[in-house]
Amino acid sequence: MCPAKVMPEKRRVKIHMGPQHPSTHGVLHLVLTLHGERISKVECEVGFLHRGMEKIAENLQYQQFLPYPERLDYLSGLVHPMALCLTVEKMMDIEVPKRAAYIRVILAELSRIASHLLWLATHALDIGAMTVFMYAFREREAILNIFEMVTGGRMTFNYFRFGGCKQDVPAGFVERVNQFIYDFPSRMQDYETLLTNNRIWLLRTRDIGHLSAEDAINYGVTGSTLRGSGVDYDVRKEFPYSCYEEFDVEVPLSDRCDTYGRYLVRLEEMRQSLRIIKQACQNLPEGDIIADDPRVKLPKKEEAFNNMETMIRYCCSVMEGFSPPAGETYMSVEAPKGELGYYLVSDGSPKPYRLKIRVPSLLNLAPLDLMSRGHLIADIVAIIGTLDIVLGDVDK
Amino acid sequence: MPALLLLAIKVILTVTVVLLTVAYCVYAERKVIGHMQQRPGPQFVGWRGLLQSPADVLKLIIKEDIVPTKADKFIHFIAPVLCLVPAVLALAPIPFNKSGSLLIADINIGVLYILAVSELGIFGIILAGWGSNSKYSLMGAMRSAAQMVSYEVALGLSLVGVFMMSGSMSMVEISKAQSGSVWYILPQFLGFFVYCVAAVAETNRTPFDLPEAETELVAGFHVEYSGMKFAFFFLAEYTNMIVVSSIAATCFLGGASGWLLPPLVWYLIKVYAFLFIFFWLRATFPRYRYDQLMEIGWKFLIPLALANVVITALIKAYI
Repeated sequence: MCPAKVMPEKRRVKIHMGPQHPSTHGVLHLVLTLHGERISKVECEVGFLHRGMEKIAENLQYQQFLPYPERLDYLSGLVHPMALCLTVEKMMDIEVPKRAAYIRVILAELSRIASHLLWLATHALDIGAMTVFMYAFREREAILNIFEMVTGGRMTFNYFRFGGCKQDVPAGFVERVNQFIYDFPSRMQDYETLLTNNRIWLLRTRDIGHLSAEDAINYGVTGSTLRGSGVDYDVRKEFPYSCYEEFDVEVPLSDRCDTYGRYLVRLEEMRQSLRIIKQACQNLPEGDIIADDPRVKLPKKEEAFNNMETMIRYCCSVMEGFSPPAGETYMSVEAPKGELGYYLVSDGSPKPYRLKIRVPSLLNLAPLDLMSRGHLIADIVAIIGTLDIVLGDVDK
Repeated sequence: MPALLLLAIKVILTVTVVLLTVAYCVYAERKVIGHMQQRPGPQFVGWRGLLQSPADVLKLIIKEDIVPTKADKFIHFIAPVLCLVPAVLALAPIPFNKSGSLLIADINIGVLYILAVSELGIFGIILAGWGSNSKYSLMGAMRSAAQMVSYEVALGLSLVGVFMMSGSMSMVEISKAQSGSVWYILPQFLGFFVYCVAAVAETNRTPFDLPEAETELVAGFHVEYSGMKFAFFFLAEYTNMIVVSSIAATCFLGGASGWLLPPLVWYLIKVYAFLFIFFWLRATFPRYRYDQLMEIGWKFLIPLALANVVITALIKAYI
């Protein structure tokens, strides 16, 4: 794309895109400076959905804050609490039972597929392909049914606990997941038929939103967007957590640096996630579902109701929570949108002294201006789509 | 006097039937696309959702008519009318059966008349964009103008081959000329191809629905319209689809000719088949960008249509 010609300021038009606009994926507000339909500047205004999550965390005990992070990235609600759990577990040096870790991996990877499906759906819809939208939601529905089976929720789950999971997976879970693994590749073929070699899709995504590897690193972009620029960085590989080192998986990369490259990377990531789920289901170990640590494990209900001392301990655990040792720690996971990090400072009390959340969407949104300069209005919706942001995540 | 009365009846009949068809076109589109996308489409109002369209019309009629404060009131009011009236006018020379007894007016330049009149509709779109006094609307209107400039030429040129072969511009003559020989879709396949692409672009349908591009310009030129005024744009779009489908049926698919079934039925089958392609395209394709669309128009379709004219002329002259 040729850069916009330098025009006198008064010939330029400013147009407000959002916060009520179907293609800004929520309440993103963009101020576009246009010359004709060509974009010469994009100003991004975020914060319409700001709920002060980090400050809320400072006023709540750890276990009370646990349901909140799901409301950040509500499209893959299981990944945020997982990251928080891992951070606190790292701080308190708790060993998670292997079964719990595997279940976390299965659910996190299903979340990744669900999130990528929603990305594909909206990205395609932004560019005008409405059928892919419906197809992708069909598969997402299957995943949400699995989530509902395990956790009881479809959007917010409150399933992970410090030290493990709330309860074991129900009978028939592995069969349901296997059925999904069996169905999904042919469904992905549907999307590929409609998009991958479609002339219009190629015209609309190739060489659109160029982001070089250097720029991507400088802006702190992570996740599929970074890998679409050819940088081999995946938290699951570099700093394995929750038994990820036990799975055989490849990190898809693309050197195209454009929207099409990122599209290919995300499609391949869904396949790789499927591989992880398959391996995890095959080798799902037996055992406990939560770490046997009195700080985080609640006594069984029947014991608590029949034994005075257990009852008191149960009440204390709920009312007073637990206190990690004073200190600070950082833990990051590979969320569907990119690297999701929790930086926790504890002063030894049951409430965090400071909890900093490194949300991937906010940092991935940063190069929007760089990527869209010189493009047309029609391209900016494609570029927002390819960055795969969710506004709950951006605004915290 | 009886002739005038007959004409009036024909006009009222045609307009009523076409507008009813338009209402059910919307229903058909939603059903067809619904089934292509693995969902049932409208199904709650009436049997299998058959009353959905009347319900929609009723809703649009009783909706509040909102005019933006800073809009140019007169232009804002006149634009939807300017959009719909030419679309309906273009129905006049369309022969629904062989004898032409259902024809409103057999003009000897029938096709030219349709092209000319239906193009007036573009003024409605441009004025709607201008009169709304909104940047999004204006951008939709500008895109529409650009689209018209790029595709009107190709649309006209693609039909020139047909005129050469039939030796007439009258819709009746063209369909008569085909009844003896093959349908023009065979010798004029290049022209048919160009016509199809240009017709989709002319009617602002996917993949060329840039003027309304709901994910970029929200709704483009009619973003500031509500109620019945909005419905006028909607009606105009679908009436235009029927008009271009009718031209295709007459000029390339042999008009009302066919076997066994009555001519009127054959004609409707051809028109609906063409409409079905419109729906199919909408379910399948992403949207072109507006510079890419102009590029296709100028660099690809117009040369192709010109080549078709030259080839047809050479064959006519030497064979």
